[in-house]
Amino acid sequence: MSIVIWIVLPYLCLTVFVIGHVWRWRHDQFGWTTHTSQLLESRILRLASPLFHLGAFGVIGGHAIGLLIPAGWTEAVGVSEHAYHVVAVWGGAFTGAMMCAGLALLIARRRLTPRVFRGTTVADKALFATLGTMALLGMTATVGVNLIGPGFDYRESLAVWFRGVFWLHPEPHLMVEAPLVYQAHALGGFLLLALWPFTRLVHVWSAPLAYLWRPYVIYRSRVGAPPVPMPPPAVVRRASAHGTNR
Amino acid sequence: MRLRAQVAMVMNLDKCIGCHTCSVTCKQTWTNREGTEYVWFNNVETKPGIGYPKHYEDQERWKGGWRLDAKGRLVLRSGGRARRLSRIFANPDLPTLEDYYEPATFDKDVLVNAPGGLADTPVKQPRSALTGEPISLEWGANWEDSLGGAHERAGTDPNIVSMPAEAAARVKFEFEKTFMFHLPRICEHCLNPACVSACPSGAMYKREEDGIVLVDQNRCRGWRMCVTACPYKKVYVNHATGKAEKCTFCFPRIEAGQPTICSETCVGRLRYLGIVLYDEDAVLAAASVQDDRELLAAQRATFLDPHDPETMRLAHEAGLPEEWVLAAQQSPVWRLISDYQIALPLHPEYRTLPMVWYVPPLSPVLDAVGAAGRDDTDADDVFHTIRDLRIPVEYLAELFTAGDADAVAGVLMKLAAMRSYMRARTLDGTVAEELCEAIGMTGQEVEAMYRLLAIAKYDERYVIPAAYSRDAASLEEQADSALCSLDGPGGPGMGGGGPVDLALGPVGGER
Repeated sequence: MSIVIWIVLPYLCLTVFVIGHVWRWRHDQFGWTTHTSQLLESRILRLASPLFHLGAFGVIGGHAIGLLIPAGWTEAVGVSEHAYHVVAVWGGAFTGAMMCAGLALLIARRRLTPRVFRGTTVADKALFATLGTMALLGMTATVGVNLIGPGFDYRESLAVWFRGVFWLHPEPHLMVEAPLVYQAHALGGFLLLALWPFTRLVHVWSAPLAYLWRPYVIYRSRVGAPPVPMPPPAVVRRASAHGTNR
Repeated sequence: MRLRAQVAMVMNLDKCIGCHTCSVTCKQTWTNREGTEYVWFNNVETKPGIGYPKHYEDQERWKGGWRLDAKGRLVLRSGGRARRLSRIFANPDLPTLEDYYEPATFDKDVLVNAPGGLADTPVKQPRSALTGEPISLEWGANWEDSLGGAHERAGTDPNIVSMPAEAAARVKFEFEKTFMFHLPRICEHCLNPACVSACPSGAMYKREEDGIVLVDQNRCRGWRMCVTACPYKKVYVNHATGKAEKCTFCFPRIEAGQPTICSETCVGRLRYLGIVLYDEDAVLAAASVQDDRELLAAQRATFLDPHDPETMRLAHEAGLPEEWVLAAQQSPVWRLISDYQIALPLHPEYRTLPMVWYVPPLSPVLDAVGAAGRDDTDADDVFHTIRDLRIPVEYLAELFTAGDADAVAGVLMKLAAMRSYMRARTLDGTVAEELCEAIGMTGQEVEAMYRLLAIAKYDERYVIPAAYSRDAASLEEQADSALCSLDGPGGPGMGGGGPVDLALGPVGGER
């Protein structure tokens, strides 16, 4: 069972993530968008969207540090376990709170503004539900377990398992011992990756950084097949005056 | 020097009766879809008025177009590149649906299915086209038509607000005695497009061949910066697809040598379409001149005279087909903008170098002449009135010349002189050369201008070379020689000559 959950499922999700993106990129450029709804509702969005996005950047950065950097490395450069813990927990709690507040506002806005709700797709609903659940689990893990609870050293267990997935050497036993919140959050993370290519989240990969150095005005040559040449309007007029002949 | 060709338009505002046929046919062609209910690639505004979307000309509020920074460099009014990206999560300068209007529809079944013998007339209720909920109609794309509600709002028209106070007071006074004109607007297909420059994805582009500005629907990621950057607010968000859309200049028609739908169906026959040749390398300098009032002359200076042998040589070097050079020489747009100099750009102070120009309306001025007890057929009186009343010349100046009233008055005088000249010519056959001298034109030129403006034949209004003339010719050759011919001996189409012949009438005696 633990093999299915902690080995098979992650690889399945990663496969869907990769193949899903390739498929979407090739076949759905037209659907590849942020799908902005600011036109329809701007007041709440102007607070909620930056709150969510900036919070999310902090959360993503925190996950990267926590999961990808082994505990031994930070200690080697002289960061004590305690110092790391304080920064991680408080930083995580702060940016996590930002993200949760932003997400809550965005979901409420989407549900309570009829115009915006009408434009909400099934993929959007699945995405918001998953993101919301993941955010709550993450906050429970950070605040509930690590800040006020007994604490759990995910760097020696969960993070090792996570890196193992990418080294093609996952160790499921490291996860079996983890608290339920961490188990659910880790699993949910992989499910989110599987959902990613089929939602508006793909806009993340289109972050327009190249805009910073490209020329302002873009010229492009007309491409595509030439249309069927039309007879001049005078000919059409004369023809329609004659009526149809057959 | 880099020569480029641009398809451009001129609208003669004197002839616009505000019938909205252009808007309706455009909407039927391009934006009758979910997500674009509120979108009008072509709309007709009544001026004075606050416009669509509301107060779009107020760039302090909407941050459209370009401005010069403290060092005199051309920058987007909405800020630099980093600033734009920093606002990508929420754009503070994006108009919302309230700034356009909430599109509505009606449940007409209520009327159709109403039982007979009702004491009260059944009423169809307006419903939001977006949510289906009942709404009360409080604004629309054309709420101000023919000064509707103008007594409440038109005083806040950004053009009146930005006028010199004394002139604004006089305009307001005249305006309470009512003057108005219609202003049809489409995308300006600018030489220095702010929307293209603001697009973070690089999805918007200006076509090399004909200068048409388009949004690549496959590359647009919905960052919505183009909407803010366009000072004319002619790029829209499709809320169903999450992508930007804009006037396409009906490029499939233009490519086939046909006028845009708005032009083709224009009842007043006031639109002109043609080629303008310009120097791309001169664009940035022209858009960067210090004085707003120099922008008109600077933009005219980027255009290249199609009759100049040097231009023809450059066009040949640039690989421009012969047909395009000929079209540029016969271009009604070139004639109105550069030969007669009676067409003016809309809001040159936005520094985008727009390519849809306008012949300003003379009619409100003639009304003023009549109201002042003068003879509106006497050129001297008209000239005097144009100078003297300055109404609505200063208002027109806010629209077309960055406030330079003399420039607008000069154009109006040409139009007034043309009318007087042609009146004398037609009624008693006299040739009033003194009128021509006053405006620096010859009688022949005045008559040619009259023919273009008043007679306005279809083939003279629209001089559009087909984009594919060369492709088409080579394709036809291929078809004739290589493909299976139906016209060969015994073939089913024997004796026929292609679709044109088929359309013209019975072919080869068949019946």
